[in-house]
Amino acid sequence: MNSKTNESMSLAKPNAQDISTKKKVALGIGFTGLFILVLALANVSLPNNGIFLALSLGLIIAGVIIYSRDEYLTKLEGIKNDEAWFKSISSRGIWGWVLGVVLTLFYIVLYFFAELLGLGSDGAPNTGLIALFDPLSQLLSGRNASQWFVYGTLYTVAIVAFGYKFMLKYRHNRYQQLRTASVMFFQMAFAFLIPEFMYRLNSDVPYNDIKNMWPLNYYAFDEWRVDQFINSGTIGMAFLIFGILSIFVISPFLTYKYGKRWYCSWVCGCGGLAETAGDPFRHLSSKKMSAWKLERWLIHTVLVFSVVMTTAVIYTYLGYDAEKYWFNKDNFLLFVGGFLTLVFVVIMVFKRHELGKDARYGAIGYALVIVSLIAMHYTGTTNEIFYLPASGMRSAYGFYIGSIFSGVIGTGFYPILGNRAWCRFGCPMAAVLGFQQRMFSKFRITTNGGQCISCGNCSNSCEMGIDVRAYAQKGENIVRSSCVGCGVCSAVCPRGVLKLENGSLEGRINPTDVLLGNDVDLMELMNADK
Amino acid sequence: MKHIVIIGNGIAGVTAARHIRKLSDNKITIISAETDHFFSRTALMYVYMGHMKYEHTKPYEDYFWEKNRIDLKRAYIKQVLTDDKRLITSEGEKIAYDSLIIATGSKPNKFGWPGQDLKGVQGLYSYQDLEKLEANAPDKETCNRAVIVGGGLIGIEMAEMLRSRNIPVTFLVREDSFWNGVLPAGESALINDHINDHHIDLRLGTNLKEIISDENGRAKAVVIAETGEQLPCNVVGLTAGVSPNIDFLKESGIELGRGVKVNRFLETNIKDVYAIGDCAEQHEPIGMRRPIEAVWYTGRMMGETLAQTICGNRIEYKPGHWFNSAKFLDIEYQTYGWVFGRPQEYEQQFHWKHEDNTKCITISTHKETGKFLGINTFGIRMRHEIFDRWLTEEQPTDYVIKHLPVANFDPEFYKQFEKQILAAYNNQLQTA
Repeated sequence: MNSKTNESMSLAKPNAQDISTKKKVALGIGFTGLFILVLALANVSLPNNGIFLALSLGLIIAGVIIYSRDEYLTKLEGIKNDEAWFKSISSRGIWGWVLGVVLTLFYIVLYFFAELLGLGSDGAPNTGLIALFDPLSQLLSGRNASQWFVYGTLYTVAIVAFGYKFMLKYRHNRYQQLRTASVMFFQMAFAFLIPEFMYRLNSDVPYNDIKNMWPLNYYAFDEWRVDQFINSGTIGMAFLIFGILSIFVISPFLTYKYGKRWYCSWVCGCGGLAETAGDPFRHLSSKKMSAWKLERWLIHTVLVFSVVMTTAVIYTYLGYDAEKYWFNKDNFLLFVGGFLTLVFVVIMVFKRHELGKDARYGAIGYALVIVSLIAMHYTGTTNEIFYLPASGMRSAYGFYIGSIFSGVIGTGFYPILGNRAWCRFGCPMAAVLGFQQRMFSKFRITTNGGQCISCGNCSNSCEMGIDVRAYAQKGENIVRSSCVGCGVCSAVCPRGVLKLENGSLEGRINPTDVLLGNDVDLMELMNADK
Repeated sequence: MKHIVIIGNGIAGVTAARHIRKLSDNKITIISAETDHFFSRTALMYVYMGHMKYEHTKPYEDYFWEKNRIDLKRAYIKQVLTDDKRLITSEGEKIAYDSLIIATGSKPNKFGWPGQDLKGVQGLYSYQDLEKLEANAPDKETCNRAVIVGGGLIGIEMAEMLRSRNIPVTFLVREDSFWNGVLPAGESALINDHINDHHIDLRLGTNLKEIISDENGRAKAVVIAETGEQLPCNVVGLTAGVSPNIDFLKESGIELGRGVKVNRFLETNIKDVYAIGDCAEQHEPIGMRRPIEAVWYTGRMMGETLAQTICGNRIEYKPGHWFNSAKFLDIEYQTYGWVFGRPQEYEQQFHWKHEDNTKCITISTHKETGKFLGINTFGIRMRHEIFDRWLTEEQPTDYVIKHLPVANFDPEFYKQFEKQILAAYNNQLQTA
């Protein structure tokens, strides 16, 4: 048997079928739109930036719309995963790698070499690609574009255009449609338009996407931001207070009611891109046990890093005595330590049996943070922490986590690692929400008695790399920190086994040895001690 | 410590092995001629369609077997010597056992059609069948048309597979409506329409006469018995059911019928030899079940049961309420309890169909007692647990219809049809 046989079970990996003429036209239109962006990037002087920008984005959106309609509306409603593992772009083939490299380079330039995109520095006017976006930026906020405005616009276009495609793909599934409409709305309104309009109303308020909460938004409590919020009056204070409430009150409550999906696959911008433009790559996430182990270490390490970094940053700008802010440095450290201790004790008292050996890892993480807090107390000054400049820690986090991990790897590697690599391995927000989801949430994915046939469609399409089948074939509910509740496992199940539900906390975790449908006495015998 | 040898690494054999390991420290060996590792047979279609790769059909990662001390052996067993408790492989190797579990599954039926062994003619059951299909029908240029013979679950899956590569498919079905030996008329008609909507050339009430060879011994056409029409094609799928894969046992002294004969304890006539899954045949049918149940779920249940007996807790195979499921192209099907294609004399059927012709249910009621007997549901997911309970409690159909919303298992925000169903049910009672 040759080696390829083991890969795709085919003597030769089947070639994906030719695409229709209509799709070729659609690709032509879309790439013409992209080409205009490339021209601008190459500093070709276009007669009218406003018109050419509209033309470019219009053609890209039109291309995606025409392509999607031909792809899905010519077929009956149903699951549309044919050829996902044959197509080069969605099976780590040549086109997949090309796209991965192009995206990665784009992110590197965006984060570290914005002048290559045409960002004017020291008051010089923008050129190139960024200048192309000036008219739109002027229209919305009355200022010239930055690289972040260019990125935000393209990001929003991607979510809207590919969101439309996704809605056609799942036009038989209302859960998928509503969820997609939701991420499209939150991106368009909260991440893109409202912050721009806010600037017009009050230019003192920093850019603020109110749905983007700490710790995903790692700069939420940076000194300059907090200062600006406080100095820009009621609206600024409202934003600041909302930011704090978001992470400590609103998100735990919603996660308790609905699971972390309310955020990760309905609201979040990173999730929004992953669920729309990233959807064709969802099956590429690794389902191996080893990947799960790596995931748990990595994401919680980032969380600990993020908590310590944020605490350090806030610590350095708080006064020694309570003048400007509510409390001083030492009270702040006591508060953080006390809060974490409270969470830790509550979990250990009530949930120890559910955690098993993970409790040990939780304890290690907790101990690390507390030791850091004590070290901070003894080594901290207004600009140094652990005898190092706190700003260094903050910029290391921004560089390695904020830029490299979430941007370059998280999105650039979509065609290689799947569409949720950041959400799964790195996002500290996902770690916090996941912890809440695992410990106290009504949310779970229910399995339907003994109906599972272990086919593996669910695991294959899980973007978070959860081996859903491992649970379904045991008749066990899926209660996992990482589950973002996208609902695609349920959609692709050919036997109607999986359902996302909010139910009672009682009996939420229910492994069984003998499944429903067999001898009732045998079921009692084997499942009794579980 | 006994050495337990299992022939066959499908769901039945593997479930038995896993449970024996849970319950005991016995040495376990699974022998298969098909693949190195257990895979989900029901998922083979998705590999051809490109939804998954072969490796994704394996329910356990490869390290699982060593970790759980389950030895895997790739070999074909040619002979079973029950007197000295040995197996002989096709390579001549001898393997000794203390207990033997036969779980060799099925093979596609062939009914002696002329040309049934030509190149390009195949069933769809094993890994090797999938490889064959990939070679025979890689694309629509190599395979201009495929003809599928036999209107059951594998036939419609094979049609779906070939259509995913835009290969024209003609589907010959002996019955005058799809799978109507099992499905009541209304449901069967709905699936007929759905097959046609997928541009599959469905020929009902049509039998195969013969398959014609080209000069290289490859199928080039089929002849239809009723009309004598010749249909040119490159691939012929034989999907007229399956039968137990037990030819290698003919001289073993193990009692055979169509399958390996077993009693309620899944024991054969020979001590320490057992049979489970598709290849086992009960002496007497259990309840309304068939003596041979070639179903994923029953294979699993027999494995769960036999592990007890092997490990010293001798118990009968005593399956609970009947259930099953399938997917016909885009329409999911589930069944709980008994609904017959041709209603039994005591059975009254209530049928509701949605106007879009992709969803329907049929509920069976006992004419005299009003007791709920079973439900078939198409395009609406329902909860196994709830129906299992209602069957145990012997609820009347009136109760079941009224409480149908509790049993709904469709994803959130889906439209629900219980009100319509209730109204149709009440309406039917008034007119009846």
